[in-house]
Amino acid sequence: MSPVRIKEHWREQRIFNRRAWFAGVLMLLAGLAVLGRLYYLQVVRQHYYEVLSIDNGVRTVPIPAARGLILDRNGEVIASNRPTFDLELTPDEVPDLHDELEHLVRLGLLQRTDLPQLIRAIDSRQRFDTVPIRLDLSAQEVARFAVRRYEFPGIDVSPRQARWYPFGKLAVAAVGYVGTISASELAHLNPAEYAGTAVIGQTGVEAAYEKDLHGTNGYRQILVDALGRPVRRPGALGKELHFKAPVPGDDVILSLDLKLQRLAEQLLKGQDGAVVALDPWTGDIIAMASSPGFDPNLFARGISEKQYEALVANPRLPLFNRALRAQLPSGSTIKPGLALGALTEGMVNPDKRIFAGSAWHLPGSGHLFHNAAHEVCGWVGLRMAIIMSCDVYFYRLAFKMGVDRIGAWLPNFGFGSPTGIDIPGELPGLAPTPSWMAKHYPHDRGWYPGDTVILGIGQGKFLTTPLQLAHYTGVLATRGLSFEPRLVTGLRNPRTHQIHWKRPILDGNLTMISPASWKVVIGAMVGVTTNRRGTAYWEMINSPYPIAGKTGTAQLTREQANEVGNEKTGPEKLRDDAWFIAFAPAQAPRIAVAVLVEHAGYGATGAAPIARKLMNAYLLGPNGKLLPAAPRGPYSEPRGIRPRVDAGVDPTLTPLQRAAEP
Amino acid sequence: MIHEEISTDSRARRTLSGAARVLLALKVDGPLAVGLALTAAYGLVVLYSASAESTPMLVRTVLRLLLGIIIMLAVVRISPNLLRRASPWLYGLGIVLLLAVAAVGHVHLGAKRWLDLGPIHFQPSELMKLAVPMMCAWYLHERPLPPRWSDLGMLALIILAPVGLVAKEPDLGTAALITAAGAMVVFLAGLRARTLIALLLLALAAGAAGLRFMHGYQRERLLTFLNPEAHPLGAGYHIIQSQIAVGSGGLFGKGWMAGSQAQLDFLPERTTDFIFAVIGEEFGLLGLALLLLLYTFVIGRSIYLAMQCPDTFSRLLGGSVALTFFVYVFINAGMVTGLVPVVGVPLPLVSYGGSSVVTVLTGFGILMALYSHRKLMG
Repeated sequence: MSPVRIKEHWREQRIFNRRAWFAGVLMLLAGLAVLGRLYYLQVVRQHYYEVLSIDNGVRTVPIPAARGLILDRNGEVIASNRPTFDLELTPDEVPDLHDELEHLVRLGLLQRTDLPQLIRAIDSRQRFDTVPIRLDLSAQEVARFAVRRYEFPGIDVSPRQARWYPFGKLAVAAVGYVGTISASELAHLNPAEYAGTAVIGQTGVEAAYEKDLHGTNGYRQILVDALGRPVRRPGALGKELHFKAPVPGDDVILSLDLKLQRLAEQLLKGQDGAVVALDPWTGDIIAMASSPGFDPNLFARGISEKQYEALVANPRLPLFNRALRAQLPSGSTIKPGLALGALTEGMVNPDKRIFAGSAWHLPGSGHLFHNAAHEVCGWVGLRMAIIMSCDVYFYRLAFKMGVDRIGAWLPNFGFGSPTGIDIPGELPGLAPTPSWMAKHYPHDRGWYPGDTVILGIGQGKFLTTPLQLAHYTGVLATRGLSFEPRLVTGLRNPRTHQIHWKRPILDGNLTMISPASWKVVIGAMVGVTTNRRGTAYWEMINSPYPIAGKTGTAQLTREQANEVGNEKTGPEKLRDDAWFIAFAPAQAPRIAVAVLVEHAGYGATGAAPIARKLMNAYLLGPNGKLLPAAPRGPYSEPRGIRPRVDAGVDPTLTPLQRAAEP
Repeated sequence: MIHEEISTDSRARRTLSGAARVLLALKVDGPLAVGLALTAAYGLVVLYSASAESTPMLVRTVLRLLLGIIIMLAVVRISPNLLRRASPWLYGLGIVLLLAVAAVGHVHLGAKRWLDLGPIHFQPSELMKLAVPMMCAWYLHERPLPPRWSDLGMLALIILAPVGLVAKEPDLGTAALITAAGAMVVFLAGLRARTLIALLLLALAAGAAGLRFMHGYQRERLLTFLNPEAHPLGAGYHIIQSQIAVGSGGLFGKGWMAGSQAQLDFLPERTTDFIFAVIGEEFGLLGLALLLLLYTFVIGRSIYLAMQCPDTFSRLLGGSVALTFFVYVFINAGMVTGLVPVVGVPLPLVSYGGSSVVTVLTGFGILMALYSHRKLMG
């Protein structure tokens, strides 16, 4: 047992005092530890935490810039903006994405078929970014959503500037359209630049000039609380918030003349085909049409899966831009070009007449190559062979030139490669150039003389697009100047209305062709429309101005645009395609036209009338007389456009202000 | 003599000496009362901002403070002898009430802590914060110090019985504070250094074992404390946001009512357990240093008062009041700044709500009673 202990008062006081002091020291140390920690947090790491705290409460709301307008050469607006209401979703604030989207489907605001794509698009955005899930709600739809808004946390109706094409399908082949930004497109974009933007240029000018049209988004910083709700009266916290006004996109001025464009599309109505008309001295495209075409507003307001499938399934291929992408044999329209080549290479004496029967016999073989309708040309020289489009003459000529010379000559007119037009999607056609031959027919193995012979009438291994033919016609019109075809002539600052004009791009000059050769060939092309034996005589009769033209009737084995050279798998015969190329007035050309009408039979009857009406509309005044030539040289800007154009919507307003306007 | 004093002193000094006499009559310790008042006033200023200018909250807090002061003034008049004799009864009452909570307690927010007494909800665990140290001091008062092993065993039983009941509610924060309050008495009673170390190691081992029996959220809190970034939106949110608040305040703070973390709701529990972070954000390091200075003064003065007490019971109990107050402050400040795990401990005299203010002021009332009656004791 331990000894009995008694309480000792002083000892206990001493123990207590010692303990108290000890505790005091410990507490001071602990206090210093807290102070040290505070020093670390509030002094050493202060900046770090300050950034985090700003990050917490300040949300940056993008203000989309107003997209630039697209105008024709006279200032007429082809693409504008109009206020619409979109359904927007902020992923961060939606508790159950699938559930809410399903609910919207039941309300009839979304289509079930669109859901998978929508969810992909939402997943590719940042959690706190608002994503447009349905564009362009009708007034009834806005109302239907509004009464049930409380059932959809994180989804709201927001006013937005939507792209609007007031004339619908007019000029869609050139202007293109904007469409919803897809997940794969978003991967290549700077998300900051497209925050708050629903659409992006998909084709045509809208795509090529996306950068200029888009503008620079602005932003506004707002204070949000921990639940992401905006703070209405930020008080002392609000003084540091930033605002940056959006810079609207530039207006794009096109070389198109909507009057002519409208006419071109009207003339093609009901047929599959394309028209390209350009100013040969600048490459400026005056009209570019592809029929049947489609309404770009479908895409701008967010096309549904069903509508899109209907467009794709249409056998007339409305989405197919024939002007840029239809790769077809040129038919006889190639003859003036071949003639120039043969003249320049000294392969033909233009004055020497030969007898051309109804068919030509390929030397050393049993092959007969017939004239189109087995008619007999008789004694013809080069001039008359072009005028009456004598195939037999050109079979001979092509055979004499050989594929090497023909293949080397065709690129001079821009065949076999893209013309370099300033919108995307153009296809290069096909020409048997030396490099192409080396690749596909090494040492001419597998290439038969007959393949060369039919090149003489623009058949076989020769494919061209309407755009390429128009460009070629322009080169003929200017006697050898090759301008890159273009749609955009200038960019206009929407605030200052200052216009930055683009210079035309001259990318070739065929100086090796002698004036005498030009005289022969262009004279023959005028003969096509003025000589009684000319293939387009009756279609061009009594023109108040001289027209140089050439018909083309392309027999074709229908080949898919990209499966060039796969002749044997596509033997399905269809009616011939009709071509017509022309420039006028022949001696001082102002317009060059190429017209394609698919399956329309003869070029003269199927395509030439369209070309004539277009040229009349462009060149003739209301009194039926030729308009005086515009006072401009080859490098001037398009006439008509004035520094100030009423754009319909004041482009200096912010999108929200515009939305508020009636 | 009295007449001379009045005639020679300035008016200000007369007022002061008058106040001193009032305090003496009330048996209140002047410096400690001033320290507590300043701390509470500071707390009210901060609360006004943290509660987004809520007048009702301010009024309720002032009412609680008044209730605390009244109880304090009442307690001050009780003689230490009575306090000592009442200790076992108080303790026993506390145990019975805790058992009642376990049996018929009011469940709120998943925890059974309250006794529903008509208009008020009473937390018996608050009573135990005072009853346990009183009981310990009572037990040691009779015995020679330092305590023997058998005494320690008995004390462990006295402390852990109510702690176990509170921890089961579950209310880990209060359980820890009750443990601390009892342990402080034992510590001040004079354990040998090696005994102290051995006990600390034992507590550590018990803690590790206790981890296995913790509730999910309790364990999560502890693990989150070790790695808050692992759950930025889950359990780590409190710690991250409070550190952002404190850190972004810098040296001078963002200004009163201008702390974005607090004002925009990013800081959770900003009027209660995390009000320390509001001070850090709006008044900066200087504001927190001022608060810590006030606390240091209160604690220092309390220890001084305890050291003046003539008997073991008074000294141990008084010292325990001071040290427990420190534990409150340290755990709360440490939690907010990420030094200790998130435990629901309010910042004394500043945090809004609960019966904590009343308990704290009652504790100081006991301390003042022990001090002011010292001359009457033998």
